[in-house]
Amino acid sequence: MSGHTSSYDPQNGAMKWLDKRLPLPRLVHDSFVSYPVPRNLNYAYTFGGMLSIMLVIQIITGVVLAMHYVASADLAFNSVEHIMRDVNYGWLLRYVHTNGASMFFIAVYVHIFRGLYYGSYKEPREVLWILGVVIFLLMMATAFMGYVLPWGQMSFWGATVITNLFSAIPLFGESIVTWLWGGFSVDQPTLNRFFSLHYLLPFMIAGVVILHVWALHVTGQTNPTGVEVKQKSDTLPFTPYATIKDAFALVVFFVVYSWFVFYLPNYLGHADNYIPANPLVTPAHIVPEWYFLPFYAILRAVPDKLGGVVLMFGSIAVLFVLPWLDTSKVRSASFRPTYRVFFWVFVVVAIVLGWLGSKPAEGGYVIASRIFTAYYFAHFLILLPLLGIFEKTKPLPNSITESVLGDSDSKGGSAMPSGAAASPETKG
Amino acid sequence: MTTFLTKTVATATLIIGMAFSGTAIAASELHVEEQDWSFSGPFGKFDQAQLQRGFQIYTENCAACHSLSLVAFRNLMEPGGPGFSEAEVRAIAAEVSILDGPDGDGEMYDRPGRLADRFPSPWANEEQARASNNGAYPPDFSLLAKARAATRGFPTFVFDIFTQYQESGPDYIYGLLTGYSEDVPDDVQMLDGLHYNTHFMSGVQIAMAAPLSDDQHEYSDGSPQTVDQYARDVSAFMMWAAEPHLMDRKAMGFRVLIFLLIFAGLLYLTKRKVFASVKH
Repeated sequence: MSGHTSSYDPQNGAMKWLDKRLPLPRLVHDSFVSYPVPRNLNYAYTFGGMLSIMLVIQIITGVVLAMHYVASADLAFNSVEHIMRDVNYGWLLRYVHTNGASMFFIAVYVHIFRGLYYGSYKEPREVLWILGVVIFLLMMATAFMGYVLPWGQMSFWGATVITNLFSAIPLFGESIVTWLWGGFSVDQPTLNRFFSLHYLLPFMIAGVVILHVWALHVTGQTNPTGVEVKQKSDTLPFTPYATIKDAFALVVFFVVYSWFVFYLPNYLGHADNYIPANPLVTPAHIVPEWYFLPFYAILRAVPDKLGGVVLMFGSIAVLFVLPWLDTSKVRSASFRPTYRVFFWVFVVVAIVLGWLGSKPAEGGYVIASRIFTAYYFAHFLILLPLLGIFEKTKPLPNSITESVLGDSDSKGGSAMPSGAAASPETKG
Repeated sequence: MTTFLTKTVATATLIIGMAFSGTAIAASELHVEEQDWSFSGPFGKFDQAQLQRGFQIYTENCAACHSLSLVAFRNLMEPGGPGFSEAEVRAIAAEVSILDGPDGDGEMYDRPGRLADRFPSPWANEEQARASNNGAYPPDFSLLAKARAATRGFPTFVFDIFTQYQESGPDYIYGLLTGYSEDVPDDVQMLDGLHYNTHFMSGVQIAMAAPLSDDQHEYSDGSPQTVDQYARDVSAFMMWAAEPHLMDRKAMGFRVLIFLLIFAGLLYLTKRKVFASVKH
């Protein structure tokens, strides 16, 4: 929390000298060593740390790949194959990077659904949440442009389909698309600028991540009970407690990551992207990477192009206003029995939308896409506002300590008068 | 703790669902039969003799129409490949003629191939290839084994994660090469110059005539000289051409996983020790 006083106490002369001039070690100590975290965090709370590591992995492998990659419509495809065949451990770098993108999204989706389940976006963490949605948007842009770089068939046609979305904008649509392309079709100028932006955006993500962590450290973390930290016994120091738990979860995550990198490196990709881009041959089915599929399904659910584009962007835009759509005073789904059911329904809806996004836009798939798209929006725009009014929530524990130790154990440790924390569900 | 565990399981299901919804791609309704490959699974290795036989089929048969533009002669002697000796590869390279130049007088000239050269294309350009092949363009072989994949469908694509199924390409190529048939059903109207093949991705009519027949190529190692064996060998060779570092990758993967699992175990024990005195 921002309130906690610094316990950093430099011992040797050099560190004392530095602390008076640039207290960077103090910042690190206060943020990642003595920083108090709720004592009841579960493994769902370890994905934030993983995400920052994934960003570092993507940037490091990406910088090395960029040393060997050529952003030319004629050479890009073969330069990627040069990396795969001739660069020392180039195959490893590339597979770590491409599968890293997928792992990044797996982690971010768990992280987001964690936030939805435990109501992490609620007051006073609205800005923290919004910064997270900004990072998510930047990630999507980065991943999309990265997928274009190998200049295979799916790269080329994916870029064509997605950039063409902007032509739905009334009046200026066509001009905007021409401006995005730098010409009259996806071609060399498009590839060049996508490469430039693909290199730039991760550093912008890193910047917003710093703001995200800053905002987190101002408000403090939520926890599975959703009850705010009230006393010292509610928390543990970040190190060693959160550090060791995050490290263990990270290594388990790396096991899954390695499974894909070493044994299924092309499982999450599309075979057509091993065919060089050909503007004259359209693939039978143009599908985006798996992490975009739910949004792709929403896009195609609407018969009108502009309507589809608006809904697709709307499906993410709605996340920005989520803190104000959810009217419930209780944060955690653990104490919201009705919301908890709707939460899991929403998870299933999101997965089914992903599956529909991979199917051709015809017949029953379109009808199903419409139903599930309608539900997606209804969850945010109808269910969440109404649930806050009608839902009967369970009584909240008085404190984190009480929820962990049980009522009788916590009495002695509690620093608060017993009446002070009564019915906190009415206070949020 | 139990609610946490159920949540974790639910989260894992979510991850799997999210991750794999994307691979159910309706490319076609084609059914590709899975074959046994020496290079499948976590300890998969290329069979050197098979790669050499596959290379023989490629040079004696396929190379007349199909290029292999990303593979260099030197790759043939690199570890994890067909394992030819340097002398053998020099001899193989010397058999082709490479257009080089310009020389000091500004003239282009032909010279015998060297280790560093890549396999030259049988065609001067795509137009020439199409003109000689009834309008069809014989695809380059370098990546074909990774560029072809049939729909796996639900729930097979979920099981594929655990069985490490990545051999869709060679399975498809083998199926195609052995999928020719003279018995064209009455309701199929064959177009001029096309051939009936029930294992072709884009319909049942393919421009390539059945390229293999029994006893067409002579194997020196006593392997059966059948279409089935030829198809198997050339498919394996194409997998190597598409993924020359496959063996390296799988061997490293095993070491990495063992390390990570031990590391995770140690971290878990440390975590338990750290939290031993704290209820959480």
